[in-house]
Amino acid sequence: MIEISGVNYSIGGAQILRDISASLPKGKLTALIGPNGAGKSTLLRLIGRLEPLQSGRISLDGMDIRQTPTEALALKMAILGQQTHIVSRLRLRELVRFGRWPHHRGRPCACDHTAVEEALDAFELQPLATRFLDEVSGGQAQRAHLAMTFAQCTDWLLLDEPLNNLDMAHSRALMARLAEMVAGTGKSVVTVVHEVNYAAAWADHIVALKDGAIMAQGAPDEVLTEACLSALYDTPVTIANHNGRPLVLHHA
Amino acid sequence: MQLPEISRQNLILLTGLTLLLAAFSALWMLQGLPPEGNRSFILKLRWTKLAGLIVVGAATGIATVLFQTVAGNRVLTPSIMGFDSLYVLLQTSLVMMLGIAGVAALPVGEKFLLEVGVMTLLACILFGTLLGRGARDIPRTILTGVILGILFRSLNSFLGRVIDPIEFAVVQQNSMASFSRIDANLLPYGLGLALLAMVGAMLLASRLDVLGLGREVAVSLGLRHERVVILTLALVAVLVAIPTALVGPITFFGLLVAGMTHGLAQTARHAILLPAAGLIAATMLVAGQLLFERVMGQAAFLSVIIEFAGGLFFMYLLLKGRIR
Repeated sequence: MIEISGVNYSIGGAQILRDISASLPKGKLTALIGPNGAGKSTLLRLIGRLEPLQSGRISLDGMDIRQTPTEALALKMAILGQQTHIVSRLRLRELVRFGRWPHHRGRPCACDHTAVEEALDAFELQPLATRFLDEVSGGQAQRAHLAMTFAQCTDWLLLDEPLNNLDMAHSRALMARLAEMVAGTGKSVVTVVHEVNYAAAWADHIVALKDGAIMAQGAPDEVLTEACLSALYDTPVTIANHNGRPLVLHHA
Repeated sequence: MQLPEISRQNLILLTGLTLLLAAFSALWMLQGLPPEGNRSFILKLRWTKLAGLIVVGAATGIATVLFQTVAGNRVLTPSIMGFDSLYVLLQTSLVMMLGIAGVAALPVGEKFLLEVGVMTLLACILFGTLLGRGARDIPRTILTGVILGILFRSLNSFLGRVIDPIEFAVVQQNSMASFSRIDANLLPYGLGLALLAMVGAMLLASRLDVLGLGREVAVSLGLRHERVVILTLALVAVLVAIPTALVGPITFFGLLVAGMTHGLAQTARHAILLPAAGLIAATMLVAGQLLFERVMGQAAFLSVIIEFAGGLFFMYLLLKGRIR
């Protein structure tokens, strides 16, 4: 379980997060939703210790993220930020190999090799494995980054807008894979999602952020209501039901 | 312990470079040696210079590769960011405070070690704050670094104007690169320190690979990012101070070497890149100096040619849009 209590965060005088307290359940697929600038990514980056905490406390399975050595955290959680340019000229397989680095720290063994090949298989990257990262499309690069995060084999996966650059089929495949990992192997996933319907279709738990504060949290049925979503995005939406899950309609 | 796997290609590259350096070194030592007479004297003289050239080359090459990994940029070099002008500034301030006699009275080795120590500390503070947490803003980092470099150079020439003209002459000699004035007294210290720094860099190799992925990915993989950045910068400072003390500042040489290294060794692994950079740089200097001293009869300066070639290469990188 990730416990967040009393977290405030500001950048240059602008308050990004105000007094966030929440607990993200273990063994569930949690989606962070909300309008642009709500602080979803910042919250995820704080959990993943990519940004230093300014106030409050965050713990992961009982480990305070400020006290726990970063090497130990890397074996517990993997965080994938929004893609940044990598200067090193890497082949896709080489990038995915780095996912095993927290385990071997420079001395890979046979099991690391297996994990890398599995991750490449899982994201259909084998045909591209020897291509350079700057020679593949944005979506393919995104999949390579995801494969690296998967190869890290951690209990927790934190993903910042993993669907960026992915087409419909790969987006669906990724969400299905995440849901399957959660259901099958007991892993926990926290992901920032822009398109609410991906959260509606796959998430077990939803946290809705607006203006740096939590507006609603709970099961999809509780959060994804017409009143709540309309207020969250300041846009009228209708909720339908499709195969027993909510479906958010905003086209009219 | 399992040795890291090295691809065939890289093994050939490293072996080839080693053989090339060995060949040029042998040529340097033995070419035109008189059949008798002062052979041992000449050999000793040549040996000093050869060792100097190799240390200067290897240190510069490795420092540049290290720095480019920390900076996340393939066009920046420690020189462009003002590392070596910082060292020259330190020396000028020393001359200003103690006078020529005072500086000359200092024991060479201790003075050198002290200078390297101060330089490392300053570089870590200045460039550590620049590249540590704020490194995400690369254009700002580059701009600040370039301005710092100009500041050091200007301060240096300002001090040069203020001090006594004779002292200035000494200072000026320090601020120009010359491969002919390798200080034999300084060489053992430079050699020892360079070896230590190179071993340190090789020990960091795997972490440097992760560092090369950028701060975010590195932190996610459990790398102590800030610590590795500071350690690497300290190594860069040491590896820049040594060549600057031995021959003076050489601006574009590092860029040339780092560019060639990344071009030749098609890998991002520092366990390969670092020795390759050291070997390429040392070979270039030994071969270049051989050409100028023996073939062209001292008719040109190696440093001028290096700056010229390096400048052209820099333009090429700029025009190809490799600056990111």
